[in-house]
Parts: sequence; structure tokens; C-alpha cells
Amino acid sequence: MSKQRYERPVIKKLETGMPNKFGTRTEYQPMTNIDGVPVTKLMKEYGSPLFVISEKIIRSTIQKAKKAFRTRYPRVQFAWSYKTNYLNSICSIFHQEGSWAEVVSGFEYDKAISLGVDGKKIIFNGPEKSEEDLTKAIKNDSLIHIDHLDELYTISELAEKFKARPRVAIRVNMDTGVYPIWDRFGFNYENGQAWDAINKIMHSEWMELVGLHCHIGTFMLAPSAYGVAASKLAELALSVEQKFKHKIKYIDMGGGFASKNTLKGAYLPGSDTNPTFDDFAEAISSALLNSNFKHENLPLLILETGRALIDEAGYLLGSVISNKRSSTGRRNTILDIGVNILFTAFWYDHKITPAQEFTNYSEDTCIYGPLCMNIDVIRESASLPLLNKNDHVVIHHVGAYNMTQWMQFIALRPNVVLIDMDGKPHVIRLRETVDNMNSMEKVPAHLKKFNM
Amino acid sequence: MKLKKNVAVSESGLLFNPVTGESFSVNPIGVEILNFLREEKTDEQISEAILGKYNAEKQAFENDYQDFIGVLSHNNLIESHEETNA
Repeated sequence: MSKQRYERPVIKKLETGMPNKFGTRTEYQPMTNIDGVPVTKLMKEYGSPLFVISEKIIRSTIQKAKKAFRTRYPRVQFAWSYKTNYLNSICSIFHQEGSWAEVVSGFEYDKAISLGVDGKKIIFNGPEKSEEDLTKAIKNDSLIHIDHLDELYTISELAEKFKARPRVAIRVNMDTGVYPIWDRFGFNYENGQAWDAINKIMHSEWMELVGLHCHIGTFMLAPSAYGVAASKLAELALSVEQKFKHKIKYIDMGGGFASKNTLKGAYLPGSDTNPTFDDFAEAISSALLNSNFKHENLPLLILETGRALIDEAGYLLGSVISNKRSSTGRRNTILDIGVNILFTAFWYDHKITPAQEFTNYSEDTCIYGPLCMNIDVIRESASLPLLNKNDHVVIHHVGAYNMTQWMQFIALRPNVVLIDMDGKPHVIRLRETVDNMNSMEKVPAHLKKFNM
Repeated sequence: MKLKKNVAVSESGLLFNPVTGESFSVNPIGVEILNFLREEKTDEQISEAILGKYNAEKQAFENDYQDFIGVLSHNNLIESHEETNA
């Protein structure tokens, strides 16, 4: 007779003092496969930990976002925010879906060009653009979004040198009712900096002002703030039209839409409470349509949404290394997933589910990563089933920022696998090796030998 | 080691300690172990019975068993040696 599946014995005190009217969080519904591919198979083949990205979810999410905006506003263009996830395959999916490229550094700019993106469809943002970067952008006729006056003057000098007339926009920061105001980037609306920069550009023969840009914050939970921002940009555009008889071609509302993750300290899960694309689209398009633009002069609406388009498509698979108890008797579980590859664990209470069937018994557990570092905490408290050593878990909504902000700290970064529309897995970034790391180092001759 | 006499354990895994008024929920394998403890089985006997029935590694089970006994002890659900010998 075969033996029964083992589950470790557990006893849990029933607390009756402070009932939660929403019930206990139950995060033990197992996730045994992703887009039809068994999690155990993926981990056996590609290792643990492992990033898995669903092409199906990326495409359905961008299509949902486009629909939300295009049903409300006639001219909409998405630009993929490279910093959110610049793996070539991911960028290519967004470009196949019609998104332009939105980059914030020379490195990202070169990445977009090497992928084959038309320079005219690259939006170049960010506070640091070297002369070399700007020269490339001018020659490729990219859209340069100016962050400060020093950059404005550099562009003017380069344009004169190359006898070019680059297409530029300015980034505008403003009070949208959400605090603190993100005023470190761009020119301020309220104190007149933005209008001053616009005038400088309009009086220059070396630049063409084609757009106005803002990016009011990150993980924004108030769509109304976008409405305020869109109204202010519309006012600026109309002032330009009135004073210079010049039409602003586009208004770029940046990114910052919240994904379905749950921010630390939030009472309810983000999947239930965070605004949808429809909410953001309604606020922005209403503000633009209700402004004084004539119908035939409505500017193109550009959106640089990153996080909300990719977070849900990303999963991080990992394994249990050990279970132990703290000095206070609290259950601690150590995973092979650390904050070095799950940077967003500092911001969110990520949803974690087991990758195999369990009984309905659960324990309140603190989830640690494997790093020899006290801050390596994945979840301070999660109600999870009775995980054993080597059991697998799935961490949800990890597609944004983790594959760009990850750190090669004491361990090598894992494989990243994309599951295509037919359910076929492809490695899109190889696990790093010690040779990869050593190949970038040079040791002076006198340090090559030692006796201990 | 022995489960305290007045501690009640239902088949479905509800444990009640009338001395403190505290209630606990126990999973099925935990209930089996509590019953073994009530029957005053030794650690070795309990380990043998569980490993014979479930697909577990000896070392893993023994770690989990010690952890379980630790929680029972922390909640005053088992008699200490002094109480047992008295």
C-alpha cells in the first residue's frame, strides 16, 4: 500500500478577540500551472528561483488599456516604458502591439535602436542625456523631452552645430492635489518655469516644440490627479496656440498608473481596490475633451504606462529552503527568493501561493529570503499552508521593475522564461554564471598569486 | 510525555483547554500525534507509526515533531516530567 502525503503536524490557537469583518486572507489556493505549463516542470527544466512571464497576459493587458483610452479619446498612442522591463523580448511584444519606445538613458536609447525601433518613435526622457546621447537623438529625429534649462541650451547648441531642428517637448511638474509633488523633474507649472521654457523654445529657431509632457507620480491611486494634470497641460498648449499660432501636436501624460499589487500597509488587496484603466482613461480624456481644443486640433494623447501593463504578467517561482521558529515562537519560512531579485518586496505585500495542493490548514508565517542580510524579508506576515522543505511557491505580479532593478548581490540572477501564446516556454534571459561576472574584472599582475 | 488529562480533542481537530479557556485547531496528523501522546506512546513509537503511514523522511518528521511538541509545551497542553512523576 502506498503511503499518504505527509503534512507536518500543526496546532494553531483560535483568536476570537478581534474578528476581521473581511475574513482571513486565504492565500493557499495553489497555482500549479502558468498558461497551461506545470510549475514543477518549469522549475525542473529551468531551475529555482525562476522568473516566468506570460505573453498572453501582456497582450491582453495592453489591449485592454488601449481599448479603455480609444473608446474615450480619438487619438491615443502608447509608448513602452523601458525602465519598467527592458528585456528585448518584452519590449518587442509591446512594439508588436503598436507601442513606441520611451527611454530615460543613453543605455535604454541604444537598446531601443538595436531592437530596430524607428528613431522617430523613441521618446527620450530623463534628467541625464549626454551630448553624445542628444546628438544621436537629434540625428534620428527622436522626440526629446527636456528636463532642465541646461539641457535646453545644450540641445540648442547641438542643433545649430548640425543645422537640425529637433522635435522637443518639455516635462512639466505641477500641483495635482497629490503630495509630495514630484517637482524634481522638469519645469514647474505654477511658478511659471514651464511657460518660461516654452517661450525660450518658441523663440529659438533651432527647436520645434511638438509636445508637452508630465509624469505626476508613481503607483497613483487617485485618477482625478491625472484629470488635473491633463487640464493644466491643455491650458499650456492653448496658451502656446494663442500667443504663437503654433499647435502642440501631443500631450504626454507619462505613467504612474497603479498595478494590482497591494502596497505595504494597505488594508484591502490591490486587486480589489486599485483604479482600473477605465478610471484613468475617464479622468484624462474628460479633461482634454472638456478643454478648449477644437475637435480638429485635439492633440495626440501619449501614455507611458509601464507597471500597470506588465506587473500581472510576471511570476517568480521559488522553493522552500527551511522552516524554523523565531525566539517568540513565530513561524519563519526561508525561500530561495531574496530581495536582490525581488526588489519590489520593499514596496508591496506580494501575493504568494503554493505551487502544489495542500489541505486547508494554514499558519501565519514570516517569509524570508536566502540572503545573509537582515533586510531580506519577502513578506512580514502571510497566511500560508504548511509548506515543507523543497515545496514550491509562486509570487505574483512581479513583472515591473524587478528585472531592471535586480541586484547581483552574492548570488547570480536566474533564468527568465517567457511562455508564448501557444503555451511554449522560451528562455529570454539566461541565468548568469560566475564566468559572466569574472569576465568584467581585471586583476593587476601583482595580485594574481597569493600564498596563504 | 503525556497530553494533559483535561484537554479535550475532537476528531475533527478542535482542541479545548478548560483550564485556560483557550481553543486550538489541529490538523489531522496533529490529532494522531495527540492521541498517541494521550496513550503515552514514546517518541520512537510515534515516529515509527507516522513514518509507516506517511511519505516523510525521518529527519524531517523528527524536526517537525519536536517543533509541534514545543508549541504544545508553550501552550501548557502537555504535562511536564515533574507533573508526570508527581
